[in-house]
Amino acid sequence: MPKMNTLLSRANSLFAFTLSVMAAVTLGCILTTAFKDRSAPVRLHVSRILLKKVEDFTGPRTKSDLGFITFHIYADLEKTFDWNVKQLFLYLSAEYTTKSNAVNQVVLWDKILLRGENPKLDLKDVKSKYFFFDDGHGLKGNRNVTLTLSWQVVPIAGILPLVTGSGRVSVPFPDSYEVAKAF
Amino acid sequence: MLSLDFLDDVRRMNKRQLYYQVLNFGMIVSSALMIWKGLMVITGSESPIVVVLSGSMEPAFHRGDLLFLTNRVEDPIRVGEIVVFRIEGREIPIVHRVLKIHEKQNGHIKFLTKGDNNAVDDRGLYKQGQHWLEKKDVVGRARGYYQENRSVEDRNCKLQV
Repeated sequence: MPKMNTLLSRANSLFAFTLSVMAAVTLGCILTTAFKDRSAPVRLHVSRILLKKVEDFTGPRTKSDLGFITFHIYADLEKTFDWNVKQLFLYLSAEYTTKSNAVNQVVLWDKILLRGENPKLDLKDVKSKYFFFDDGHGLKGNRNVTLTLSWQVVPIAGILPLVTGSGRVSVPFPDSYEVAKAF
Repeated sequence: MLSLDFLDDVRRMNKRQLYYQVLNFGMIVSSALMIWKGLMVITGSESPIVVVLSGSMEPAFHRGDLLFLTNRVEDPIRVGEIVVFRIEGREIPIVHRVLKIHEKQNGHIKFLTKGDNNAVDDRGLYKQGQHWLEKKDVVGRARGYYQENRSVEDRNCKLQV
């Protein structure tokens, strides 16, 4: 009977030690990639801009400005991927100021880039995925709507940083609404 | 046979040793509690570590993965961030990404969320008549992630898709 006890207690302390070591190694691995610079060069270009005034059918049913943008995205994200990056969640967002709201941000398009897929993006004539409704009429005549491409780094284990690409483009919206044209 | 040995040990202990063992156990429990409460204070969130419950954020987060949250109210809410929010009247918090924000000069913000794996935004999940979320609905923001072990096939299949 005494022999069984020491075997069990040995197994117990070995198990506890293994767990602690594994936790420390995981933490060490996380730390090696936690402070890496995840930025990358981005080039954006806008080819078509259209402005309409429509009842916001996606939410509050008030007549709001609705923008349509077609754009090109060029980004080289090869350096952002490493062993601890599972995927990048890319999103193109428009930021602007209006009379009623100091900060407005709308995500127009997003894409999931898994590790293993082609990290060089060269997309042309991309239409916005989500409706660009303003909270009011702030897009009409707005000369300073800035488009940027950002991404969230999803690791296997570790921090979830949000990084904004270096390229940005300013979109000037027209002063009047399109009535008939379809996008 | 082992259990009998253990009981014999307990009987052999005098009162002082028994109290010591109970106190020892109490110390371990309080230390664990202190660490948890300390985490709550540092992160500012009432649940600093949460488990992902649904598949609405796949392929980034799968059911069973761990998320580490902070809830610093001074940090402005911006698109792309992953927020954990609770809808009024519902118990279970939801972990989704911010899709749209409109913030006024005085700091009052209203925002819209969407799960990465969902085709539409979350307006269908909000309360009847509710179109936006506000700061008060936010329980925390996801800052860290730990993937629960998955089989090698699972990882490889996802890469080939």
